[in-house]
Amino acid sequence: MFPEYDVIVVGAGHAGCEAAHAAATMGSRVMLCTMNMNTIAQMSCNPAMGGVAKGQIVREIDALGGRSGIVADKSMIQFRMLNRSKGPAMWSPRSQNDRMRFAEEWRLALEQTPNIDFWQEMITGLIIKGKRIRGVKTSLGLEIPSKSVILTNGTFLNGIIHIGEKQMGGGRTGERAAKGITEDLRQLGFESGRMKTGTPPRVDGRSLDYTVMEEQHGDAEPEKFSYSPETKVLSKQRSCWITYTNNKVHETLATGFDRSPMFNGRIQGLGPRYCPSIEDKINRFAERDRHQIFVEPEGWDTVEIYVNGFSTSLPEDVQLKALRQIRGFENAKMFRPGYAIEYDYFPPTQLKLSLETKLIDNLFFAGQINGTTGYEEAASQGLLAGINAHHKVKEKEPFILKRSEAYIGVLIDDLINKGTEEPYRMFTSRAEFRLLLRQDNADLRLTRYGYEMNLASRQRYDLMQEKEARTSELIKKLEQVRLRPEGINGALQENNTAPVKENITVEKLLKRPQLGIRDIIKMDHRLEQELAQYHEAVLEQAEIQIKYRSYIDKERQMVDKINNLENLKIPHHMDYSSIKALSAEGRQKLSKIKPETIGQASRISGVSPADMSILTIYLGR
Amino acid sequence: MSQVISPHEDTIVALATPQGVGAIAVIRLSGPQSIQLVNNVFYGKDLEKQAGHTIHFGSLREGEKVIDEVLVSLFLAPRSFTKENVVEISTHGSSYIVNQVIKLMIRQGARPAKPGEFTQRAFLNGQFDLAQAEAVADLIHSDSEASHQAAMSQMRGGFSGEITDLRAQLIHFASMIELELDFTEEDVEFASREDLRNLVEKLLKVVERLIDSFDLGNVIKNGVPTVIAGKPNAGKSTLLNALLNEEKAIVSEIAGTTRDFIEDEINIGGVIFRFIDTAGLRDTTDTIEAMGVSRTREKMKSASLILYLFDLGDTDMIEINRDINLLENLGVPFLKVANKIDKGNKQLINELNRLHPDTIFISAGKKKHLDLLKDKILELVNLDKFKTGNTVVTNIRHYDSLNRTRESLLDVLTGLDQEVSNDFLAMDIRRSLHYLGEITGEITTDDLLANIFSKFCIGK
Repeated sequence: MFPEYDVIVVGAGHAGCEAAHAAATMGSRVMLCTMNMNTIAQMSCNPAMGGVAKGQIVREIDALGGRSGIVADKSMIQFRMLNRSKGPAMWSPRSQNDRMRFAEEWRLALEQTPNIDFWQEMITGLIIKGKRIRGVKTSLGLEIPSKSVILTNGTFLNGIIHIGEKQMGGGRTGERAAKGITEDLRQLGFESGRMKTGTPPRVDGRSLDYTVMEEQHGDAEPEKFSYSPETKVLSKQRSCWITYTNNKVHETLATGFDRSPMFNGRIQGLGPRYCPSIEDKINRFAERDRHQIFVEPEGWDTVEIYVNGFSTSLPEDVQLKALRQIRGFENAKMFRPGYAIEYDYFPPTQLKLSLETKLIDNLFFAGQINGTTGYEEAASQGLLAGINAHHKVKEKEPFILKRSEAYIGVLIDDLINKGTEEPYRMFTSRAEFRLLLRQDNADLRLTRYGYEMNLASRQRYDLMQEKEARTSELIKKLEQVRLRPEGINGALQENNTAPVKENITVEKLLKRPQLGIRDIIKMDHRLEQELAQYHEAVLEQAEIQIKYRSYIDKERQMVDKINNLENLKIPHHMDYSSIKALSAEGRQKLSKIKPETIGQASRISGVSPADMSILTIYLGR
Repeated sequence: MSQVISPHEDTIVALATPQGVGAIAVIRLSGPQSIQLVNNVFYGKDLEKQAGHTIHFGSLREGEKVIDEVLVSLFLAPRSFTKENVVEISTHGSSYIVNQVIKLMIRQGARPAKPGEFTQRAFLNGQFDLAQAEAVADLIHSDSEASHQAAMSQMRGGFSGEITDLRAQLIHFASMIELELDFTEEDVEFASREDLRNLVEKLLKVVERLIDSFDLGNVIKNGVPTVIAGKPNAGKSTLLNALLNEEKAIVSEIAGTTRDFIEDEINIGGVIFRFIDTAGLRDTTDTIEAMGVSRTREKMKSASLILYLFDLGDTDMIEINRDINLLENLGVPFLKVANKIDKGNKQLINELNRLHPDTIFISAGKKKHLDLLKDKILELVNLDKFKTGNTVVTNIRHYDSLNRTRESLLDVLTGLDQEVSNDFLAMDIRRSLHYLGEITGEITTDDLLANIFSKFCIGK
C-alpha cells in the first residue's frame, strides 16, 4: 500500500512539522504520520512563540531555512522585543499568536512542500531488522517501509491526564494517548522515564473585566522572526493584560491540595522548576502574597483566553472558585480546566549529536520525547533530525552545530552529554558564548549552512551575503569618517556626553554608552545623507559590532581556545574498557555517552580532568 | 582512526626536577615562544640567535635584580622532547629561586603546565608510539593524583573553605544577574547595581589578600627570609656559621656543601630561616650606611627579619642609634644583636642596657648566648604575622588562577563604571567563576540555574 520512504516522521507537532519540511525540502521522500490531521501544529500550551533564548532559537531555525519563524510571523497578533534595555545579545523577540492561524499556516506550508505524504493513524510499532529501522506499524496493522524514522511523539507516549483525582489516558485534552512505541523501544534496550508538564485553564474573554488589569501593548515598532521578505511586520496588534493572584486565591487553592495529584503522590514524573503549577508556587514560596497572571488572547477573533501563570491540576471546581477571586476574573466563565499530563520520555544521553539513536541505526528522536519542553526547543530538534535523517539516507556527514555557533548547538550538546532530569528549557545562561549567539546575527551565523544543504533558498543566501558585505563596508566607513567638534559638541552635550576637542571618528563616538548610531547620524547632515542608503538591519549590525567589539573579541578568544578541543575527534568504536588508567566512573560514563570529540568528553559529568589527560594521550595517535 | 592535532599555541613552564632542595633544579619551558620568553630576561648571548642543542651561561634578571646565574639549554623544534621549542633553565637548587624563576616566566607570558602536560604534548606531537601510550597514561594518572594531593595539602588554614565561600557568593552574584537576563518577564526583584558593586569589591579584597598571601605562603613553605646586617667586621659570617654548625644535624642538605652562599637554611625550633644575601657579608663597601642606596634597601625590605649585628669593640652609641633609626624606618622586624661581649667596654654596655634594653649580647665566636638569640628570633616570628591564622596561598597554579580571577573581577568593576548592561557584566563574572573553578572544580550553568530555582519563584 505504501512505497518505501526515505524518512517517516511520527507526530506532527512543532518538531514533526520542521522535520518533515526540512527533509522533504532537501529532497527526501517523506511520510508524515499523525493521529489527527486536524491537529497538525497545535500550540498545546500558550499561544506564543519566542521569548528570552527561545526567540533566538526561532531566528536560528529561520536562518537555516526552517519554517517556524515564517509561520509565527503569519499568525502573529502581537510582537515584543524583550530585554531591549539590555545588551544586544539579550534582545529576544516574542510574539502572541493566533492559535488556529498558526496551525493552519503550518498545514498549508506542509501541503505545499513537494515530497510530503500524509497518513492519519496511530503508529503502534517499529519495524527493526538487525540494528536498523525499516519502517513503522500502524494500529490497523499496516506497515509503512522507510529508510529512516523520526519519532516526535510529544506528550502522547502513554500520556495520562490528571485533573484533581480524576485521571484519563490522553496525549492532550480530548485526544487519545499513543501506545506501543515505548514498549517496542524498551524491548530494544532503550531506557525510558516519565515527565510531567501542565497547562492552565482557558476562560471566556467576554467574562473578564479588563478595566482593573494592566494592559500590555505590543511594541510601537514591531519586528518579526523571519529574515525572509516573505513575511511582513504587523500593522495592528492585540494587547495582553496582567493581573495578580492574592491571598484569598491562595487559600482557596490550598483547600484542594488533598485532592491534588501533585501532592498525593499520584503524579510520579518530574515537572520543570521554571514552569511550576500555581499550587507548586504557593506551596514552595509561601511568603509571596501574589503571583503574576498574564491574560493572553488566543487569536484575532476568538474570545478564548489563555490564563498564563495559572497552570494547575487541582480539581476543576477549585480551579474555577480560585480563578474568580483574581482581580478582573470575578465573573469568569471557564472553557476548559487546566490539567497536568505525564508522558514517557527517553533520556537523551541515548542519542548521538545528530539525534540518531545509538542503539538503532537511522532512528531519530526529536522534541519532548528527548525530555525537552517548549515549541522552539522541539522545532529546532525536529529541524536538525530532519536534516540528519536526510543526510543519513543520502550517506552524507551529519550536520552538527557547535555550542559557539547556535543555541541549537547548546541545546543538543547539553541533552546528549548531560541528559536531563526535568523538562529541559533553553536559557541564555546555558550558552557560554551568548554574546555571539544573538538574534540579530542568526542569518550571518547559519544561513550559509542552510543554503549549502539546499534548505535555505538562494534568495535568503543572497540577502545574508548582502547584509554581511554592506555591514563590513559600513564599519570601515564609520572608522574613517571624522566629525568636527564645532558640528557635534552641542549634540553631544544634549546626549549627556562629553564634548570633543579634536575631530573624532564615528566609530569612537559609537563606543560611548550614551550614543546610538541614530543619535550620531542625526548630528551631521552629510553623514545622514551618506548613510541613508543603508538598510536598518545593516546599521544595527554595524553598531553592535563596533559598540561591543571588546567584549565580542574576548568571547571569540575563549571560543578559539575551546574549539581546539572540539577538533580532536574520538573514533566511534573507542573501547574505553581497555583503557585501564581511566577512573571507573569516567570509563562508565564515556562508554555510555560515546563522545565524538575531546571537547564533548570534557563536558560529561563524572569525567575527571585526569581522565581527560589519559584520553588525550590515547588519541594522540 | 581520524586524528586532528592542533598545534599548541601557548608556552608552558614547570619545574622538571623533583620538588625539594637539590644541588640544581631544572625549569622547563615548551611552546612556540619559549626561547623568546627566556631571552627577554636572560643576560648573556642572544638566545634567539643560537643553534639547537646548545648550552649558554648567563643570569636571569628581573629589572635590575639578579635572580640567579643559570645555564640555559636550547632545543629547537622538532628536535626536542615535546617536538616544540624547549628551553631548560638550570638554576641553583632552592625552591625559592625556582619559584622566582617560574613566576618570572609567567609574568613574561608562559602558563604553568598542568600535570603531565609536557608528556601529553610530547605524545600529541608524535614523540611516542602507541605501544608506549598505556605506560605513559598510567604515569600521568599517578602524576595528577599526586599533584592533586599536594595541592590539597598546600591548602592551609581554611584555604579551601575560604574559596568555597567565595565561590558561593560569586554564584549567587551570577544568579542574580542571570535571573534578570533570563526572567525579565517575571515578577521578581533584581539586585541593585550598588549591591553588586559592594559584593565585587568585597570579593576583590579577599582575592587580593589571597594573592598577597602567596609570598607569605612561600615564606612558610620555603623559610623566613632573614638578613644579617652589620659592618664588615661585625662577625656576620661567624654568627651564620655558628648558627649553621649548631643546627647541622637537622639542617637541610645544603649545609656542608662547598658552593658559595646564595642562601642558607637553618631550622630553629621547627621554623626554617632562609638567610638571603646577607648584607655586607661579601661586599665590604656594603655597610649599613649604604642602606641609602636603594638596591640594598630593597634587599633589606624583602626580608621578613633582620639581625642587626654590631661589634661592641668597634662602634659607639652614635653609630648604633643612627643604624637603629634607619632600620626602624625600613619597617622590617629586627633584633639588636651585640657581638663580642668579651670585648665591650662597660660604659657602652650600660648605655645600651639603658637605651635599648632589648639588646641581645652574644659572642658568635665563642658561641655564647646563642640559645638566647634563637629564643628571641622565634619569639619575634611567632608574635608576628606568621601565626595570624589567615588563609595563605602557597601553590603557584592557585596563584595564577587567583590573578586571573582578580583581572576578571576588575573587568566587572570597569563594566559597572561604564554602565554596561548586565549581559556584559555576566560575561566577566563567568570568567571569574571559570578561573576560580580551576581551584575548586568546574562551575556549570546548572549550578547557576539551581540557585535561581531554589531562591526565586519563576515561571508562568
